[in-house]
Amino acid sequence: MKIAVCIKRVPEMDVKFRIAASGTAVDETGLKFDMSDFDGYAVEFALQLTERLGAGEVVVISLGPDAVQETLRKALSMGAARAVQLKVDSIPADGFAIAQALAAELKDGGYDLVLFGKHAADSASGAVGLMTAELSGLPMVHACTKLTIEDGKGTARREVEGGAEIVSFPLPAAASIDEGIARPRYPSLKGIMAAKKKPMDVKPAQLGAARLAITKMELPPERQAGRIIGEGAAAVPELVRLLREEAKVL
Amino acid sequence: MPNILVVAESRAGEVRKVGFELLAAARPLAAGGEVHAVLAGAAGIGAQATSLGAHGADAVYVTAHAALAEYNAEALAALVAARATAGGYRAVLFAASAQGRDLGPRVAARLGVPIASDALSIAVDGDATVVTHYAYAGKVVATLRLNATPAVVSLRPGAVTAVATNGAGRVEDAPPVGDPSASRVLVTESIKGDSRKLDLAEAPVIISGGRGLRSAEHFKLVEDLAEAFGNAAVGATRAVTDEGWRPHSDQIGQTGRQVSPDLYVAVGISGAIQHLAGMRTSRTIVAINKDKDAPIFKVADYGIVGDVFEVVPALTAAIRVAKRS
Ligand SMILES: Cc1cc2nc3c(=O)[nH]c(=O)nc-3n(C[C@H](O)[C@H](O)[C@H](O)COP(=O)(O)OP(=O)(O)OC[C@H]3O[C@@H](n4cnc5c(N)ncnc54)[C@H](O)[C@@H]3O)c2cc1C
Ligand SMILES: Nc1ncnc2c1ncn2[C@@H]1O[C@H](COP(=O)(O)O)[C@@H](O)[C@H]1O
Repeated sequence: MKIAVCIKRVPEMDVKFRIAASGTAVDETGLKFDMSDFDGYAVEFALQLTERLGAGEVVVISLGPDAVQETLRKALSMGAARAVQLKVDSIPADGFAIAQALAAELKDGGYDLVLFGKHAADSASGAVGLMTAELSGLPMVHACTKLTIEDGKGTARREVEGGAEIVSFPLPAAASIDEGIARPRYPSLKGIMAAKKKPMDVKPAQLGAARLAITKMELPPERQAGRIIGEGAAAVPELVRLLREEAKVL
Repeated sequence: MPNILVVAESRAGEVRKVGFELLAAARPLAAGGEVHAVLAGAAGIGAQATSLGAHGADAVYVTAHAALAEYNAEALAALVAARATAGGYRAVLFAASAQGRDLGPRVAARLGVPIASDALSIAVDGDATVVTHYAYAGKVVATLRLNATPAVVSLRPGAVTAVATNGAGRVEDAPPVGDPSASRVLVTESIKGDSRKLDLAEAPVIISGGRGLRSAEHFKLVEDLAEAFGNAAVGATRAVTDEGWRPHSDQIGQTGRQVSPDLYVAVGISGAIQHLAGMRTSRTIVAINKDKDAPIFKVADYGIVGDVFEVVPALTAAIRVAKRS
């Protein structure tokens, strides 16, 4: 089983962002970066699958500037076999341009399974996986909360409004990973040492033309400071009054 | 004339409300042109076309096929891409629902254009289309500029209000494109949740429970409060979905759903930054927590310090009374 996992390097999200002077990006000063949440789940799922099968190889691919090598190295230290950097000066906002470059790299890779995160934490778009699969002609299941790969077939669960769907598909295929499947392991010391010797291919990305750009970024309006209105059940009548008269939701 | 195409989604033979919202969003973009809708489903789906006409569709392209009874991603992608190409639309709109998030990028890739996902607003600026949406785990509002034709956009449910126009659109039968039964990705089972329950994306009120509830059984408290409101959905924290007390689809936060209801009630939730990322844009936030220093109180418009097992039943009773009067 040969598995490719596409991972995006993004800032860690548990901070208060500032907007850069350009007004079109976040200020990256002092931010820590890591692979996007869902991409980490995808790497972990791929590792567990090859470990269970006792065969196969996990290849991680990231499109971005040289800084993504650090993120790829982390995936190698978790257990991936090799890494590919598709080099660009900066990661474009246009997901289709990214998908074109990923599809070009995957084309002759002979992968049985190509995995993505459900969406990248920064773009919150959820498009690159589906687009790459379309361009590669692969069947694709998006946002899996369960995924089983057996006998050349896959079965996935997808959450939909008011229920869920069980979906089946043949391999080779692509899938994107949602919550609930796997949490990324912490690299062991041994893994970190081993990763230093693992191959990292660096090639220019065959990016498509960018036709989607970010022209402005702003912080959403601040919430007013919170207010405690009382203690215990005794505060309930006042809450109901406020909901009716002030918030007007009753 | 810049016609706009809307992909109306149906489930179990019924058009979903988000389709009407898309029609309302499409009208100002059409600027005098027409708004067309694609509607697909099993035999009989055509009967739903009138409701699209009544919400602003000038034409409805109806495709009925047995293999379209359940969501059929590959067949719909082929169908919508073919319609989009044939119609030469200025924009193609999807709902940012489970279906639309899956279908939109497939169609955009087939058309060779990018997609702007989960839009809060859509506007035309010359040849470009300008969209706002939440990025960076809901912490940043980004404005995106699309320079592609058609502009493919998915719109967040609830971002635009549906408008009844009482119009009557033309209904045209459209054959499927390719063989819908030959799709490689097939829904083999559809698991229905409680049909009385509202979805998180659509509910004006969300009652969300955290680890403070201590067990799956105690979610009855949350469900009862939701029922007292009548227009509420139930959400949860990752602590809760990890415990298996609620399904992952109920999780709200950075790695769960991002919601902005009129009212969000946090029950026994500490207010971790990853949870806040999914709900801090709610219009009004209520928090009930026994720890007066819990971070959730920093974002709550109204906080009650107290035991959920005492406060929530009292609140449920009070809301029942309030709803009756
Ligand atoms: C990468 C990453 C992604 C994450 N994504 C998400 C996400 O999407 N969504 C999410 O929710 N979390 C997410 N988390 C987890 C998050 O950090 C918190 O662990 C989680 O939100 C805590 O859930 P909780 O508030 O239910 O539990 P706790 O933090 O344990 O809080 C329970 C609260 O209940 C109160 N309480 C206890 N008993 C009572 C009682 N009887 N009456 C009243 N109050 C009571 C306590 O005072 C406490 O404040 C993520 C974490 C990471 C690292
Ligand atoms: N620059 C990138 N390099 C590698 N994979 C990416 C990149 N951008 C996006 N992806 C993959 O596509 C998924 C969806 O991204 P997005 O469409 O931006 O939400 C991510 O979770 C990654 O798996």
